[in-house]
Amino acid sequence: MDTGLIQWFRYASPQSFYRLAGRMAPWFAWLAALSAAAGLWIAFFVAPTDAQQGESYRIIFVHVPASWMSMFLYLVMAGWAGLGLAFNTRLSAMMAHAIAPTGAMFAFLSLWTGALWGRPTWGAYWVWDARLTSELVLFFLYLGYMALHAAIDDPRRGDRAAAVLALVGAINVPIIYFSVQWWNTLHQGASVSLTRSPSMAATMLAGMLVMAFAFWMYSIAAALARVRAIMLEREAHMEWTQALQESGA
Amino acid sequence: MNWTAAGEFFSMGGYAFYVWGSFLVTAACIVAEVLLLRARRRQALARVRAERIRHEAKA
Repeated sequence: MDTGLIQWFRYASPQSFYRLAGRMAPWFAWLAALSAAAGLWIAFFVAPTDAQQGESYRIIFVHVPASWMSMFLYLVMAGWAGLGLAFNTRLSAMMAHAIAPTGAMFAFLSLWTGALWGRPTWGAYWVWDARLTSELVLFFLYLGYMALHAAIDDPRRGDRAAAVLALVGAINVPIIYFSVQWWNTLHQGASVSLTRSPSMAATMLAGMLVMAFAFWMYSIAAALARVRAIMLEREAHMEWTQALQESGA
Repeated sequence: MNWTAAGEFFSMGGYAFYVWGSFLVTAACIVAEVLLLRARRRQALARVRAERIRHEAKA
């Protein structure tokens, strides 16, 4: 990257971000652990049994946060990928790659926990319904993004090809989100909305939001840890990574 | 408090397979990702070291 082009692009350089990410990641990991402990406590010991679904509804405390994260992380990944395309900064593409596996994991968990919730509530692990199918497409988009990047030998060319895929695939996120309004679906509507009061008990909502916060903090910690590894992998030959060895950092 | 005994907690009102199947697989995925991240960091550091040795051999 050209140096000194714009002063604040300095922070987009891997060597300065490497140290920053290393300092921040443990904080996010601790926040994730503490809020997950609080969220699980609410999920199992504070939130009451559901009148209709009994205890099976407790899956909501992992299903909804995992689904939110799968969609949110895709948008963040596509955003970094788009920045990388526009400004050709090394860090942007690395951030996009750092997010993809964690996003794929949450998309998988959304499908997995959804199947385990669907069986006792609908009588089927899987139905080809708009909400479920579009979430499955999201999972495949994550896998396709990683596979496409891995298939191209030159990482910088791979960055650009994968970024285009990520940006085109971003259209799927609003489709998932609004699928329950646009089509007749077995899946229930949004549990939380900005315009309506929530359709659930306050403790259930609190548990869900605390778990969502925990997954969010975890995702940041995981992405920061992964981006550090990616920086070392890609820039192993550069002076700054070699200097890390000398300082023992 | 929802539960009067530990057995009641673990049976989840008859939905143990679905509820624990969701929470345990989520926990397993997160543990696996953390372990994979650690392994990846170790490998990346090894690559930086290998690069250095190659560089010194050339010099």
